[in-house]
Amino acid sequence: MDKDPNDTTPQGPLETRVSRRKVLIAGTVSAAAGALPAVATLAGEATAPTEARAVVMSKVNLEVNGAARSLDLDTRTTLLDALREHLRLTGTKKGCDHGQCGACTVIVDGRRINSCLTLAVMHEGSRVTTIEGLGTPERLHPMQAAFVKHDGYQCGYCTPGQICSAVAMLDEVKAGIPSHVTADLTSRSKLSAVEVRERMSGNICRCGAYSNILDAIDEVAGGLA
Amino acid sequence: MKAFAYERARTPAEAAAAVAREPGAKFIAGGTNLLDLMKLDIETPTHLVDVNGIGLDEIGKAEEGGLRIGALVRNTDLAADKTVRRDYPVLSRALLSGASGQLRNRATTAGNLLQRTRCPYFYDTDQACNKRLPGSGCAALGGFSRHNAIVGVSDACIATHPSDMAVAMRVLDAIVETVDPQGNTRAIPIADLHRLPGETPHIEHTLKAGELITAVTLPKPVGGRQIYRKVRDRASYAFALVSVAAIVQRDGSGRIAMGGVAHKPWRVDAADAALPQGASAVASALLSGARTTHDNAFKKPLAERTIAAVLVEAGRPA
Repeated sequence: MDKDPNDTTPQGPLETRVSRRKVLIAGTVSAAAGALPAVATLAGEATAPTEARAVVMSKVNLEVNGAARSLDLDTRTTLLDALREHLRLTGTKKGCDHGQCGACTVIVDGRRINSCLTLAVMHEGSRVTTIEGLGTPERLHPMQAAFVKHDGYQCGYCTPGQICSAVAMLDEVKAGIPSHVTADLTSRSKLSAVEVRERMSGNICRCGAYSNILDAIDEVAGGLA
Repeated sequence: MKAFAYERARTPAEAAAAVAREPGAKFIAGGTNLLDLMKLDIETPTHLVDVNGIGLDEIGKAEEGGLRIGALVRNTDLAADKTVRRDYPVLSRALLSGASGQLRNRATTAGNLLQRTRCPYFYDTDQACNKRLPGSGCAALGGFSRHNAIVGVSDACIATHPSDMAVAMRVLDAIVETVDPQGNTRAIPIADLHRLPGETPHIEHTLKAGELITAVTLPKPVGGRQIYRKVRDRASYAFALVSVAAIVQRDGSGRIAMGGVAHKPWRVDAADAALPQGASAVASALLSGARTTHDNAFKKPLAERTIAAVLVEAGRPA
């Protein structure tokens, strides 16, 4: 696989690189295996044997952070897994993997979406922007700089999703898209703290850095009403 | 997730034919509900037909002054549409009260209508659920049933339909347009799209195999004060405990539908007729024959209070 210019992960053949995560996964599997027989017997009695299905591969072409990428993927691969596991763009995070936390938020064709709830093969020709594509350590996107300045995180796991979401959210406001708390549907909504909180509700921060996240967005938006 | 074959359809008729041809095939549009369920092996399609490239993504005029909403119009775009905001504000309000910005950017009009219940026992494959595994029983009865339905329920199922959008479409008398695998089209009043659970809660709607929703049409605007009020456990990004969609005219007449209380958007003619008499009469008519559990009995008084709040917001006595 070609080296992506945005890729900041350690390089080397996957097979020979034993990551901390792989060790953790291996440990989990062996621990679970010890408790498996009883469970397996119960499950075997209660349910039909799992049907075997052949893996289906499909090609997809994406533009990721400005670079054309061509992938041959198991059709089950979500956009999130394509970015992380195939393109090694691990800035986008897997939180709940069910569209409930927003950690996987990326910008596709200008719109923020949960990359965990969409298949990569559904995005033939799409333009995808991840946290790696918004800015670089040397040239941060204004939203990235504002999150640093206002300490808009604690552990940082939700941060790439928060930042991608915030950038696209401000574009939604510019485009005149109303929200649940917009008082008058027939006029443009003013960006207030209440508006930002509602519009960012799809991004959960378990550390509770919300007030600082709000300050960061406030600065980039040029002041909230 | 179980493996599946994948194809992109180019036209609505081609999509319908493709799903009819393959046993175990399903349409995929936004995918925000289907993929969630596939990851849990609750949905296990063998073949997905991607309908995102078939058009049907525009909002335009319908006959007799109405509005035609393409099946693939995203929830964000429908909520933000200027005509919808001006003439059908209850629909914008309902859409904006649902899900998150990210989900609304992907979720489609037709997909929203056909989304599955969020009953915790439907989601937990270790539990009995007649909707997920017909004949296995209903663990929600006697289980954690705070979110479950109180009207139109059966001994087999007390699940709710989770959509906000559909409740607004019900109060607007929307029509659902479809095309079948043979290319035949039909128009289904939204009242007839979703089924009550009865003995077959796994059969949730009246569409045939391979029948594809192509559009939802709204009749010409009816004016009035249009309100969608949703009561939930969080201020944002949560499903309704109860919700009320209402259109109230100056003389106090109008229409009302509820979400969060039944297996389908809930509307009763007698409740529409009772609107001028206030919340107590409306709630009695809407919830006539209600069957609650220990956990969700609170929904009856909550429904009446929510209706009262809506009437006050509409400038009427509660």
